[in-house]
Amino acid sequence: MPTEILASEPTIETRPSPTVVRRAESTVEIVSDSGEGAQKCGQIFGAVSAKMGNGVWTVEIIPAEIQPPPRIPEGASGIRIRVGTGPVTNWGDDTNLVVAFNEQVLLARHRLGALASDATILIESKWASHPDDDIQRAWQSALDELSTRHYRLILVPIEEQCLTLMDNPRKGKNMFALGMLACIYGRDMDRIRDQIAYAFRKKSEEIYAQNVQLLQLGFDWAQAHLDFRVDVPATPPSQPMVVMNGNEAIGMGALAAGFSLCAMYPITPATSASHYLGEKFDRFGGILHQAEDEIAAAGVAIGASYAGPVALTITSGPGLALKTEFIGLAVMTETPLVIVDVQRGGPSTGLPTKVEQSDLLAVLYGQPGDAPKVVIAPATIEECFHAMITARRIAETFRCVVVVLSDANLATGVQPFPRPVPDERWMQMAFDQDAVPPGTKPYDWDPRTGLSRRIIPGQPNGPFTLTGLEHDNRSKVAYSGGVHQHSSAMRSRKLAVLQSMLLPPTIHGDESGDLLVVGWGSTKGAIDEAVDRVRVEGGGVSSLHLNFLSPLQPGLREAFARFTKVCTVELNYSDEPDAPFITHDNRRLGQLAWLLRASTLVDVDCWTRVPGEPLRPAAIAEAIRSKLPQVAPAPNAPASARGVA
Amino acid sequence: MTAFTEVSCPLLTAVGTDDRSFELSDYEGAAARWCPGCGDHSILTAVERLLVAEQLKPEQTVFVSGIGCSSRFPHYLKTYGFHGIHGRALPVATGVKLQRPDLTVFVVMGDGDCTSIGAGHWVHAMRYNMRMVALLLDNAIYGLTKNQTSPTTPQGHATNTQPKGSYLPALNPIEIALGVTNASFVAQTAEWVPAHLFATLRAAYRHNGLAFVRILQRCPVYTPGIYQLAVQRPDVIELLVHDDGVMVPELERTYKQRLTHDPSDLNRARELAAIGDRVRLGVFYRDENKPKYEDLRRTTTHTAAERLGLLNAELDRYAI
Repeated sequence: MPTEILASEPTIETRPSPTVVRRAESTVEIVSDSGEGAQKCGQIFGAVSAKMGNGVWTVEIIPAEIQPPPRIPEGASGIRIRVGTGPVTNWGDDTNLVVAFNEQVLLARHRLGALASDATILIESKWASHPDDDIQRAWQSALDELSTRHYRLILVPIEEQCLTLMDNPRKGKNMFALGMLACIYGRDMDRIRDQIAYAFRKKSEEIYAQNVQLLQLGFDWAQAHLDFRVDVPATPPSQPMVVMNGNEAIGMGALAAGFSLCAMYPITPATSASHYLGEKFDRFGGILHQAEDEIAAAGVAIGASYAGPVALTITSGPGLALKTEFIGLAVMTETPLVIVDVQRGGPSTGLPTKVEQSDLLAVLYGQPGDAPKVVIAPATIEECFHAMITARRIAETFRCVVVVLSDANLATGVQPFPRPVPDERWMQMAFDQDAVPPGTKPYDWDPRTGLSRRIIPGQPNGPFTLTGLEHDNRSKVAYSGGVHQHSSAMRSRKLAVLQSMLLPPTIHGDESGDLLVVGWGSTKGAIDEAVDRVRVEGGGVSSLHLNFLSPLQPGLREAFARFTKVCTVELNYSDEPDAPFITHDNRRLGQLAWLLRASTLVDVDCWTRVPGEPLRPAAIAEAIRSKLPQVAPAPNAPASARGVA
Repeated sequence: MTAFTEVSCPLLTAVGTDDRSFELSDYEGAAARWCPGCGDHSILTAVERLLVAEQLKPEQTVFVSGIGCSSRFPHYLKTYGFHGIHGRALPVATGVKLQRPDLTVFVVMGDGDCTSIGAGHWVHAMRYNMRMVALLLDNAIYGLTKNQTSPTTPQGHATNTQPKGSYLPALNPIEIALGVTNASFVAQTAEWVPAHLFATLRAAYRHNGLAFVRILQRCPVYTPGIYQLAVQRPDVIELLVHDDGVMVPELERTYKQRLTHDPSDLNRARELAAIGDRVRLGVFYRDENKPKYEDLRRTTTHTAAERLGLLNAELDRYAI
């Protein structure tokens, strides 16, 4: 492994003239101990790249603890930014360039197989000559471990450089790193300074000024010392674009949808959506209520929906579990409610900062009794925005609970998308305070559709008592079998009515073939990219992505019939088919696979993983090859394609 | 019902003035199905009297309850009602009030609802101090599920779950309420003293904040004896009297034990709540000046066009 030590200032004569490598895409990671600002550095790099016209996808690498001990692989905190000439829909496979603040956090990424075998690594040099023998030994043993791959390791005196401007370089290294990346990738420094101003000026002018100096320091250092540049040409967008992460898109979508109340309780990885609302909601006339617990957050949202326009609650898996009884109440009383579940790894506290898609069945079937509800899953950052508008309109129109299933990948992922064109109709409040016409009942179910207009407190002639007990159309408590049968049918019928209004999902690739891959949620970009790769090799594979999980979009059985085999790809657990004791009959499947088998009676297979990170397209492509009947796996598939650790 | 006078111009009656007056029948809902002799009947009567006395518009009034015998309360009224889930009446009421400060909100909870499964909400709702009346109908037992120990069951009282008698000293809801930061109204009354009950409900309704009222209530089936002494011997009861509290002169002949207690004196209130020598009825604490959450969270409303402008400005910030 070539190691370069570039600690001393080169003279003008020795300054290398840089080689410019032009690439259609490049993936960068910044990894550090927690609290060293790697994410902020990467967010700015990603946002500026997007603003310059590059396709971008970012994924944050977040340890579960706020302050894990320094210099341990488990504490690795960072961010991956995949930048492309065209649109980028997922975090890709291997990282090409790494900025690492110490060798232990770098090891974490190396061990996960996250780095390309020819990756360039810019690493803090101070550990190599650290006075502590233990650290020096750790450094040496890390270098030995890293030498199994052909990385290019460049030692950078990050702290030494930062110390020329500040006393505590821990808080400044990230801006130095950003400066280096700006130089390497030719990023627009004015735009970067704008982003720094946006992030730090509200803290203090002094911090802003210092960060700008550090940025310049990193830029100048790279200019003087690095012998390479990377050029990922940008494609100027043909329409106005915006760039944000998924939780910001959910928060802004909530504003666009006209929500006026969101009740929540802090939970990772959902909370940043509430942070966004906490900052903006007041100005829009909305209230972000931080309740005393998850249960109360659901209760406040339901109370608010009952008394006015539909309200919102935002949570993640464990919070969803606590809200279960209230969700049942909302279903039973047909009180509209929108719940955002930003999924993380489970069960229990599980993997709080890591992505997973394993709340689907809990959302659908988590309530005792029959509790039909609408479940939609955005697949992109753009869909996070629009899902909120769709969710509120469905909740109000169908007088029902709508769950928006996002996940940790979308939550922190940053991607540019076409600027939404706000529409007044999105924000319209169905808030009727006129007198109720004589004879109106609280549940005037249309016997065909199950739809009814709700009565809101304040409406004269309307008073009735809403109850979580089974009730007839007058909201009178009624336990007789006939009433329960009919009321259950009315609550359920609404889903069929909604389904009749949905379009069949479109198929990515040919309309028929050997294998149809079915996915949902944030995996769309990686699945489509994997399908494209295998199709280039001649594989007869297509993909289909579901936005609606309840009701399922129409036409699935017909679509499935056109393929020899159907297989879901999901970020949740399923038994490996060849594991001990596992048979075709007892194998536990991915959550969407269960659902599709039940609804289509097709023998749907699944390939699912719980790696605690997004799926990589190469791993999906390899799985596709193994599921395709006639095509042998590509002999030279990259190592990372053998599966995600 | 809205009454219009005969006028010459029809435009004058196009928008009616609200000069309705409400009688008891305007508030009476379904016939109450509590057991004969249940204290809830007396509380329902007092609440209906209050609604008439204060002429509360039925459509502007919401009764929120949890689960239990007492939580059937809203069904027996002709106002809006929300009969929710066990222990969670207060969060629902918080949501109603946050969305609609214009509505008058009453919360009806049993001792299981308020002091056991919903105890966390109880503490926080008192701290939010939103303007509403929160009634704890305390019969010291789980009645609907048939005779299980509640936190307020007297120590030693046998139930189906603790047949050798309740193990722990009974929880004192007044002490807890007086311990909550930002609590603004804490009172105790008893269903068998209707005049005091009504006067306390009226003071609670008129309080500008969350008024917490514990109502001692007999369950004729499972706890007929626990308040028997206090029912039969007025000298066991001590009325807390003060111009800023509850004054019921007609009770003075029967209840000789009276103590002047200034409800602004929190320390004295806590002392009186803690001493278990007597059953004290009256306002323990009252402060009209505590901050109310709905005031702190008041927002400006915008037209759709204004919101659209704000949203476009927000999108500009994220524009490429």
